[in-house]
Amino acid sequence: MKLQTATRLGLYAILELARDPNRTLSAAELGERFGVSTHSLAKVLGTLSAAGFVQGGRGASGGYRFTGNRRRITLMDIVALFEPAPGRRAKEPGEDTEIGSALQRVLTEIDEIAEATLRSVSLETMLRRPN
Amino acid sequence: MIEIRPAEPADLSAIAALDARLTGQAKAVYWQDMLARYAGGPPERHFLVAETSRGVLVGFVAGEVRAWEFGQPPAGWVFAIQVDPRQRLKGAGSALFDALAARFKAQGVTHVRTLIDRKDHLILSFFRAQGMTAGPSLQLDKVL
Repeated sequence: MKLQTATRLGLYAILELARDPNRTLSAAELGERFGVSTHSLAKVLGTLSAAGFVQGGRGASGGYRFTGNRRRITLMDIVALFEPAPGRRAKEPGEDTEIGSALQRVLTEIDEIAEATLRSVSLETMLRRPN
Repeated sequence: MIEIRPAEPADLSAIAALDARLTGQAKAVYWQDMLARYAGGPPERHFLVAETSRGVLVGFVAGEVRAWEFGQPPAGWVFAIQVDPRQRLKGAGSALFDALAARFKAQGVTHVRTLIDRKDHLILSFFRAQGMTAGPSLQLDKVL
């Protein structure tokens, strides 16, 4: 499964911050930890902040801390902030043909399994037993 | 304080009532049959209940060690687990799972397996929290 860069960064950031909710980390510190650009992480942290999962910010040096519930927030909650929902994506050319709809049924099956997996893994589960 | 013990025939009404409340489907005959086959049955079969210090049944789990199902080496299968919603997040489900897993392990198996409705995110999350991940098999269906 291929995740968009923002999704992957969002997951890195939320999991790192959720490891210790009392700790504050800046976009620069998180960027250094994962070897990614501060600018990209700052945008991602803004999205996580707007969703209420983290608090803080104000500039690249501003720190963020986790403010959510590790047991309630799942990987899907984070993925859904950055990826289009399976049911909301634009229709692809040829999808209404017999072959196109048969292919779409297989792709939908894959989407459903991926979504079930992401919805079933909480941040708590990830941090307790990294798989 | 939750205590885990083997199920007894006298637990039938509490088990059937809890399941009916949670699933919306009464299956008294099914649970009677499960208890008859699993409670006090062959050593590879297990039916455990969780109860409070006051003796109130708040959950149950049933499972069995099965060999060569679908070509797989012996493994412990979890067939059913239910916990009273009022008692959830207090460790009853984990205690039931751990007790069943310990029995499986004592019988020499190294894996525990189950099947779950992929849209039932609550139970999927529970098993994930117990450390379970996707297994080696994929379940397939066909409408007949």
